[in-house]
Amino acid sequence: MGATTTLDRVVIRFAGDSGDGMQLVGDRFTELSAAFGNDLATLPNYPAEIRAPAGTLNGVSSFQVHISDHDIVTPGDGPNVLVAMNPAALMANVADLNPGSTIIVNSDAFSERDLEKAHCTTNPLEDGSLDAFTVYQVPMTSITVEATKPLGVKTRDAERSKNFFALGLICWMYTRPVAPVLEWVEKRFANKELVREANLAALKAGRNFGETAELFSPYEVKPASLPSGTYRNVIGNTATALGLVAAAHKAGLPLLYASYPITPASDILHELSKLKHFNVTTMQAEDEIAAAAIAIGGAFAGSLAITGTSGPGLDLKSEAIGLALSLELPLVIVDVQRGGPSTGLPTKTEQADLLLAMYGRHGESPLPIVAARSPSNCFDAAFEACRIALKYRTPVILLTDGYLANGAEPWLLPDPEALADIAVPFATELNHTRPDGSQEYWPYLRDPETLARPWAVPGTPGLQHRIGGIEKQDGSGNISYQPANHEKMVRLRQEKVDRIANDTERVWTDCEGSSTTLVLGWGSTWAAITAGVRRIRIRGLEVHQAHLTHLNPFPADLGELLKQYEHVLIPEMNLGQLSKLIRAEYLVDAISFTQVNGLPFKAADMEQRIMEVLNS
Amino acid sequence: MSTAATPVELTRKDFESDQEVRWCPGCGDYGILASIQFLLPELGVEPHNTVFISGIGCAARLPYYMNTYGMHGIHGRAPALATGVAMARPDLSVWVIGGDGDMLSIGGNHLIHALRRNVNLNILMFNNQIYGLTKGQYSPTSEVGKVTKSTPFGSVDHPFNPISVAIGAEASFVARTHDMDRKHMMETFRRAHAHQGSSFVEVFQNCNVFNDGAYDPILKRDVRADMLIPLTHGEPIRFGADGQHGVAINEFGEPYVCETTEVGVANLLIHDEHRPDPTLAFALSRLASSPHMPTPIGVFRDVERPAYDAEVRAQVSHSIERSGAGDLNSLIHSGLVWTVD
Ligand code: SF4
Repeated sequence: MGATTTLDRVVIRFAGDSGDGMQLVGDRFTELSAAFGNDLATLPNYPAEIRAPAGTLNGVSSFQVHISDHDIVTPGDGPNVLVAMNPAALMANVADLNPGSTIIVNSDAFSERDLEKAHCTTNPLEDGSLDAFTVYQVPMTSITVEATKPLGVKTRDAERSKNFFALGLICWMYTRPVAPVLEWVEKRFANKELVREANLAALKAGRNFGETAELFSPYEVKPASLPSGTYRNVIGNTATALGLVAAAHKAGLPLLYASYPITPASDILHELSKLKHFNVTTMQAEDEIAAAAIAIGGAFAGSLAITGTSGPGLDLKSEAIGLALSLELPLVIVDVQRGGPSTGLPTKTEQADLLLAMYGRHGESPLPIVAARSPSNCFDAAFEACRIALKYRTPVILLTDGYLANGAEPWLLPDPEALADIAVPFATELNHTRPDGSQEYWPYLRDPETLARPWAVPGTPGLQHRIGGIEKQDGSGNISYQPANHEKMVRLRQEKVDRIANDTERVWTDCEGSSTTLVLGWGSTWAAITAGVRRIRIRGLEVHQAHLTHLNPFPADLGELLKQYEHVLIPEMNLGQLSKLIRAEYLVDAISFTQVNGLPFKAADMEQRIMEVLNS
Repeated sequence: MSTAATPVELTRKDFESDQEVRWCPGCGDYGILASIQFLLPELGVEPHNTVFISGIGCAARLPYYMNTYGMHGIHGRAPALATGVAMARPDLSVWVIGGDGDMLSIGGNHLIHALRRNVNLNILMFNNQIYGLTKGQYSPTSEVGKVTKSTPFGSVDHPFNPISVAIGAEASFVARTHDMDRKHMMETFRRAHAHQGSSFVEVFQNCNVFNDGAYDPILKRDVRADMLIPLTHGEPIRFGADGQHGVAINEFGEPYVCETTEVGVANLLIHDEHRPDPTLAFALSRLASSPHMPTPIGVFRDVERPAYDAEVRAQVSHSIERSGAGDLNSLIHSGLVWTVD
């Protein structure tokens, strides 16, 4: 065994068949590294089919994790180490490797039949095509079978544990203690003795192989010096769920989450259904429309009501969202964006629902839009969306995406005591005096500052009222077809949303030194933009970065900020949706930089594009 | 739906809003509205604990006329909107009002799922076999061959039988009444209110503008006795001025309309609302496929089944009992946690 080499960061990608358990070992390695104190970011990538034919390119599932001894933001462009469990996994991922990278393959899976399934006419392990890389051929399947034989495990079952062999090996290579994984396996497979024992044996066999095979020297990635505080590892969907629970708690309201199963949003439903003791009610509705309507019913009755979905579901919910907007009830719609149009790419990421969120309803129907920028930031964005919905009695769309939903990062845990109190009072009193001096309740008598209408929930004596989607008279809320009243109501609903700009934080910026160029982003592109900007600065050049959490209304200071730059570059995983909005709103000649391949931007591409703009 | 009675003297006035009722003069909806407003004070639920939710259509305007909490929603979605209200609040009496197009066409999915779940709702479907608000297109309950603006050569699609749909959707309370008989409506609505879980009531309603007299063959005063088959729990099913007609069971186990004298009173089918198996109730709903044949009215089915919203709330309260009220700080700190100094 050679001496341990210290690295500042490393990107590892586990790739195999979707049945090989790559997401599982990726998750475990991530947890280990998080607990070890590394900064990290992950990128799971899996096929939409539950089980594409084994060994085929369509069936390849991978999990990339970037660990580092310093603050990082992206899961890394290409892996330094690729673990490939079969030829398909190798072929599907090799193009992302830089020369000099390491490949560890399961050499047991390179039979002629395996090669055929991956469309390899020659064996890449022998034909010289991998000469640019350091390739380690490890017979993972046979060692695993050998190691588990004494347990009496059938060969076919034993082979299933080979992912743990791979994990054990990588743990040894990167000097991670395997004890926490052993513990986890004990718990997870407590009721399946054979599986548990086989996995434990495979894990140890992997570690021992590293130690004794004298093939590799171990590496070490030291803990990162992150800002002080308490951390945990979190994926975006979990952070969203916790943000909603925190908001309900801080609003003093029961949470009602109604949703229909849809990738990649379902995990929010799963997460919340476990939290009933937080006064959380979850509802798996019969369809997307029902989920939205049930949430509206819950809001009318006094709950903090949420409906969650992805793009196709947001299409279906449009009419109900319009109703919530007209009823002026608080409602949060979570859209975990995925590749579109139509079914599109259910398991891949995209941010092409911005204009849908902005304009996807008939009539003039403005609503606030909030977007999360990183997995842990989903917590803050969810909380903020609830705050706005409650305070202004309006539906709010919260945009996250597939990358944030499943991507992990260390989360500097907030102190719940420090979270804002977002409780809003229910109306309990009559609020309007008739000409004859008697009192009545007007459901659309607005708060002069926020323009929010009062929220009187059923069961409140004396405040009975009717609301509906038909145009209402301002104040009384009675049906009104009057031209002047409609004009007034349309403008009031717009004004109400516009005024939220006075009540939100300034644009997030990172403006070191002076620069002619601003990179403006929103959502999950924050990671790649930040990484790109850091690379530019390492070159000794200056570029500024700004990022939007509030997409509607834009922060009050955005216009002034944009004016200060000669170039405004807007990278987006769509065909330029924010860029259109910015051009329309501020008459800024924004440069759009777009990518729609279902994956996050790479830092290198970002760096290159920024360089081009700086040089132009 | 049932809610604890409060000892207050309520009158019809307490349930009337100040809004002018705007259905076409002569519309059957007036009679239904009056029945509801007459009945509610008798139920002892105060107006502020009562909620009316509707979708879109002529019938769906009803909430505006009630001095209760109300929501006029979007087309077809009233059962879903109301499900949200019922889930959030055990203390409210929730009524869902809609027509045949609203509930069986655009909103069919929500109706059947509300019924299958057995959400605590009183669902009143006014069936006039036509689209009134959009000025006269055929509906999912219109008879085949219906000539309307959208079907000048006659409609070709087969209609739903709403009672069959409700029973097929696992509804625990299914009844039918009609807009010409206030007493029967009030009694039927009272039963619907008393039932725990979803109550589905089909109300035959005359649209005198676009489908006038659709139910005349069974509802005209002089034919009613011979054309309406009243269902009374525990009684032989008989009709006709002198009970000369009845319903018996044939050799295949199917109910059929018979002459009492021919089969003998002892051989008439005894109506049992509480039969756990829905087969017979369904078969009764098939006795008439259009309002030209003797048609059963009354309660087809009334069985006990846990209400969805109550079960959902029970899970929440049991979780709180079991684990204690959730602590936000420990929730945020769950899993592997580490500290950086
Ligand atoms: S169109 Fe028909 S159902 Fe509608 S209000 Fe007029 S009469 Fe009644």
